[in-house]
Amino acid sequence: MLIIDCPYCGKRDEAEFHYGGEAHIVRPENPSELSDEAWAEYLFMRSNTKGRFLERWVHSEGCRRWFNMARNTANNEVEAVYLMGETPPKEVSK
Amino acid sequence: MADSYLRQSALASLHLIARANQADSNAGLSMGERGFLCQWVVRGDAGNAVFASAVKDVTGCDLPIEPNTVQGSGYINVLWLGPDEWLIVAPDGSDAGPRLDEACKDIHAAVTDVSESRTVIVLAGEHARDVLAKGCALDFHARSFVVDQCAQSTLAHMHVIVHQRSDAPEFDVYVHRSFAESLWQWLEDAAAEYGFAVSNPV
Ligand SMILES: [Zn+2]
Repeated sequence: MLIIDCPYCGKRDEAEFHYGGEAHIVRPENPSELSDEAWAEYLFMRSNTKGRFLERWVHSEGCRRWFNMARNTANNEVEAVYLMGETPPKEVSK
Repeated sequence: MADSYLRQSALASLHLIARANQADSNAGLSMGERGFLCQWVVRGDAGNAVFASAVKDVTGCDLPIEPNTVQGSGYINVLWLGPDEWLIVAPDGSDAGPRLDEACKDIHAAVTDVSESRTVIVLAGEHARDVLAKGCALDFHARSFVVDQCAQSTLAHMHVIVHQRSDAPEFDVYVHRSFAESLWQWLEDAAAEYGFAVSNPV
């Protein structure tokens, strides 16, 4: 079981959170101008990283806020949490 | 607020008021329902002076900015639910919500009546912390969960808001109406080893 440090509530049990997939996926400016292939790339294709991964979580049973997390997918270590809209802190940026 | 005609609290079917008359004063825990509270979810920008002072004027409470804390006036409580979200709780018949809505009409804020959505189960007595700890991962030890702290979490897998009201200790446990009876029965079971009495909180 992970202990996750919600940027608002502090340390809480993993069971209070839900996972939201890879972070920093940017929606294309003009979707209607994309090829089907490029649109599918945006919608479905995600990296499958072993090691540090930047991902989104929501504190669904607590303050219900979304935030970003840098987590090592190999050993489950949470390396950083940071707010929506922020860039990753220097020590975890790729 | 629902029509008062035939209005029933979420736990009315358990006849708690009748059971409260047989209360055992040696019990390690007392439990009761605080029903019919007025509750409003308020969304707004804590940094907006008009919003913060509207809350202060209407409720008599400062807006709690510190996460998971409560500001109370003795009559009204304002619970932090999120960085731009609060729960205002007042006794039956309060008009705080409509007055706050009016005071916020020119700013980007929302006041939503959620009075009937949750009821409050009051837990008091020396084993209140132990009973909560059986079904919730929050740290309820007296050094870490203190008066006028609140938290949203799950208790026996049911979503709750817990607010510590006093050092007795006394906790208000807000639970969604349709889960209330299930949570009550779980609490009775969890409290059995300490002995519990049914109280009739106001
Ligand atoms: Zn949180």
